[in-house]
Amino acid sequence: MAGAAERPLSPHLQIYRPMLTMMMSIVHRITGVALYFGTLLLVIWLIAAASSPEAFDLVNGIYGSWIGLIVLVGYSWALIHHAIGGIRHFIWDTGAGFGPEARELMAKLTIGGSIGLTVLLWIAIWLVKG
Amino acid sequence: MSTSSGSSMRTPRRRVAGLGSARSGTGHFWLQRVTALSNLILILIALPIVICVAGQGHAATVATLGHPLVAIVLLLLLFSVTFHMRIGMQVVIEDYVHSEGVKVLALIANTFFTIAVGSAGAFAILKISFGG
Ligand code: HEM
Repeated sequence: MAGAAERPLSPHLQIYRPMLTMMMSIVHRITGVALYFGTLLLVIWLIAAASSPEAFDLVNGIYGSWIGLIVLVGYSWALIHHAIGGIRHFIWDTGAGFGPEARELMAKLTIGGSIGLTVLLWIAIWLVKG
Repeated sequence: MSTSSGSSMRTPRRRVAGLGSARSGTGHFWLQRVTALSNLILILIALPIVICVAGQGHAATVATLGHPLVAIVLLLLLFSVTFHMRIGMQVVIEDYVHSEGVKVLALIANTFFTIAVGSAGAFAILKISFGG
């Protein structure tokens, strides 16, 4: 591009060996984008509640169906994973947690924690709702 | 961040503008963090409420969602999330969409979508609260 400085180019992604920490970084972005569209789930539910009992029953029926529940479980996992990833970013923002062991540990905690908490969440929902 | 001349990789033009491709410097980085924190706090409050309400009939749901404290939490959540979504998606667009025209259109679509989603949700909450 005209006027651009001579900058070194960063090597392309596929040159790096896939690593857990790198996967977690990518998954944080993917879950962020998924949640972006997932906000529609909440807003559609609210609009249905504001519209009429019939509209609300329709949306509740869809959300409570098998497909609906699968989507909701996926949404809750994405939210929990992204939230833990966000907390990891907070730790990094203080300047801590950049060592190889700390990064690896936090990556494992993020993936394990997100799956564990999602399972706990749905057990809790199941216990409350029957 | 080094701004001295010499071996800097920044163009003179960029050093003058100093704002990066988002034209807003580190402001978005910080707002992403602030809204991340408010998202986290508000989700921890709102999630149990939504779970309690889930599966109940229309009348019971509307009664709960219309309570001022619940409505305020949900409004704050929507505002925080849609703001966080908008600046978050802006970074993603800037990273992957390189042609200037498409990029501008994508950024505009991002703004329209997030404001529409936030406003629609806020309207629904207010309508429920004010007893419609
Ligand atoms: C429904 C709620 C949420 C949505 C829709 C959402 C969406 C997004 C999106 C689209 C991005 C940009 C992704 C990227 O640049 O890679 C992002 C980034 C981020 N999110 Fe969220 N997010 C939500 C909740 C949260 C929560 C609860 C936290 C914190 C605990 C959080 C922390 C962050 C952080 C720290 C970043 C910046 C990451 C970076 O700088 O690379 N988010 N989010």
